[in-house]
Amino acid sequence: MSTAPYDSVRSWPLRDRVGYYAAWGAGLTLIGVAGAIVLYMAFRGLQYFDLGLLFDSPNSTLDQSQSGGFKDPIIGTALLLVMSTAIAAPLGVTIAIWLTEYGRPAWLARTVESAVEVVAGTPSIVLAMFGLVFFQQQWLGFLTFDAEGGAVLGRSFIAAAAMMSLIALPLVVGATREALNAIPGHVREASYALGKTKAATIRRVLLPAARPGIGTGTALGMGRVAGDTAIVVVLLGATLQILNGANGSVFGLFRGTGSTLTSYVYYNSPAGEGLAPEKAYFAAFVLLLVVIALNFLVTRIARGREPAWTR
Amino acid sequence: MDALKPPEPPREEQDVIVAPPPPVRRIVVDQEPTVVQPPPANGHVAHASSGVAGLGSPVRRPEPSPGPKVERMRTESVRISYGEKVAVDDVTLPVRQGEVLALIGPSGCGKTTLLRSLNRLVEITPTATRGGRITLDGEDIDRMEVTALRRRVSMVFQQPNPFPMSIFDNVAYALREQGSGRPGKDALMSHVGDALVRAGLWDEVGATLDHPALRLSGGQQQRLCIARALAARPEVLLLDEPCSALDPRSTQVIEELILKLRDEVAVVIVTHNMQQALRIADHVGFMYLGELVEYGPAEQVFGDPREPRTREYVGGAFG
Repeated sequence: MSTAPYDSVRSWPLRDRVGYYAAWGAGLTLIGVAGAIVLYMAFRGLQYFDLGLLFDSPNSTLDQSQSGGFKDPIIGTALLLVMSTAIAAPLGVTIAIWLTEYGRPAWLARTVESAVEVVAGTPSIVLAMFGLVFFQQQWLGFLTFDAEGGAVLGRSFIAAAAMMSLIALPLVVGATREALNAIPGHVREASYALGKTKAATIRRVLLPAARPGIGTGTALGMGRVAGDTAIVVVLLGATLQILNGANGSVFGLFRGTGSTLTSYVYYNSPAGEGLAPEKAYFAAFVLLLVVIALNFLVTRIARGREPAWTR
Repeated sequence: MDALKPPEPPREEQDVIVAPPPPVRRIVVDQEPTVVQPPPANGHVAHASSGVAGLGSPVRRPEPSPGPKVERMRTESVRISYGEKVAVDDVTLPVRQGEVLALIGPSGCGKTTLLRSLNRLVEITPTATRGGRITLDGEDIDRMEVTALRRRVSMVFQQPNPFPMSIFDNVAYALREQGSGRPGKDALMSHVGDALVRAGLWDEVGATLDHPALRLSGGQQQRLCIARALAARPEVLLLDEPCSALDPRSTQVIEELILKLRDEVAVVIVTHNMQQALRIADHVGFMYLGELVEYGPAEQVFGDPREPRTREYVGGAFG
C-alpha cells in the first residue's frame, strides 16, 4: 500500500473512517467470537479428556462412573453421515445436471428450483415431524424400528437419514449447479463437435470438471447433517445405544435406532437434561472437531484444481 | 464522445464496414488496390503483420499445394435463420482437400454460422433452421448420423478448450467409443502420438502425456485442440478464428500447421484477420450480411476483387 496523502485514512471524511473501522471491527469481532467458542470448548473438552470414552458404550444410569462413554453416538453420527450423503449426493448432482443441462420445459425447471428452495428453507424440526408422519405409515413399517406389539414406530437410521439428506440436498444442488454453470458453452460444443452425445459429454467432461464443486457441496451438507439435533431426537429415537432392528443384520442396523453426538450432548449437557455435563463437554468438543474437519475439507476441495477456461 | 460520431474502428478491420468508413479510408475504394504490398508495421496491424510475414517483410503467400484438389464438401443454396433473422442466405460453396478455404467478413456476417452448419453444430441452437443442401463426399449430411458426421467433420474453436483431463485423454477422447468396451491405452497410443505429431505438439508434450491439459500454455492448448480434432482422422477440419486468443508467435505456429494439414484434410477457417487469410488461404469467401458476396482464389479476391463491397472491405483493411 502506498502512503500517498489521498490514501491515508486520517484524511478521509468522517463517515468513511467510521465505515473503515467498523469493517475492521466486524472482522476482528467475528474472529474473537469463533476463537472464544473453539478455545472454550477445547478447554472444557480437554479438561474431561478421556480417550476411553470414545470406545465405551453409554449406559442410562445416573451413576456417572457407570454411565459409560459415547461410542454409540460416534458410530451413529458416522452412520447417519454416510447414509444421508449416499442419498443426497447422487440425487443432488442429478437434479443439478437436469436443471443446468436440460431444464425444459421451463415451468418444470422453475418448479424444481422452487422445491429445492423450499426444502432448503424448511426448519429441520418440521422436516423431522413430516418424516415421522411419513414413516409411521403401516406399509413403510419395514423401514423402521418395531415398537412393542409390532406397532410402527417410524424411527430408524433409514428414516433419519432420509430426512437428513434433505438438509444436505440443497447445498449439493447449489454447489454443483454453480460448478456446471462455470463451464463455458464452447467446452460442451467442443465435445459435441467430436461426435459425442450429450450424455457422454456430461459423463466424460462436465462431471469431472464439476467435481470440486460437487465435493464442496457434499462436504458442506455433511457438516449440516453432523450438526443437526432435531431430526435425531425425533426420528432416530435418540436411544443411547444403537438398537438393532432385526436380529443383528446390517439391514437391522439401518432399521434400528440410536443417537448421535448432537443428541448425546443435548441430553447430557447443562443446556439439555444436564445428566453428565463433563462428558457432554468432551462430546461437544469431538463434534466441533468433526465439523471443523469437514469445513477444512471444503476449503481444500474448493482450492483444488479448478480448471480455468476463457469464456 | 462515442455517441456523437460513428464508432471509429478500434483495432480490428471488420468494423470498417459496420460503421460508415471515414473519408480517409474511402479514397482507396476508387483506386485499383495493390494489395500484395506489405501493410505498414504500425500499431494498427502489428498483431497481424508479425506472423509469417516477420519484421517488415511483405506478407508471404503460401505456395499452392502440389497435391491433388479433391472436393469433399459442398453447400448448395444454404440458408440459415435464427427465428426471423436470416443469418446465412443462399450460399453455394465448395470445400476442397488440398487447399485452405478462408471465410472472411465483418462480425455478424454469418461466417461462423455457415461454418457451424458444416458439422450441424448450428442445430444445437433451438431457434436455428436451415434450408438448402450440404454434402460430404456427395452424401447429404442431413441423412447421416450426426455423431458420425462430426467425427468426419471436426472443429476447433475460438477459445482453446481442452477438457479437464490429461493430455493423452484429451486426444484420445474422440477415439473412445461411447458406452461400449473402451480400447486400452496401448491400443490408442499410436493414434494419439500420431495426432500430436501432426499438430506439431509431440516434441513439447510427448514426455508428459499424463499431465493435465489445462496446465499447458494457450498456444499449446489450441494445438492440443487441433490434435484432438485430428485424432479420429477427419476429412474436413473447421477452424473458427483459432488464433484470435493467441499471441503472434503461437499464431505463426498454428498457421504453418494449417498449411501442412491442408493436403490431408480439407481446411475451412473463419477469420476476421485478413492478413491471416492472405497468409494461409488458397480460396477466400467474403461474406456480408449473410450473403456470400465473392468467392475465388485468394490472389483474385484480395488483388482484384470483382464486387465493390469486397473491394471496400478488403481496401479498408489493406489501404
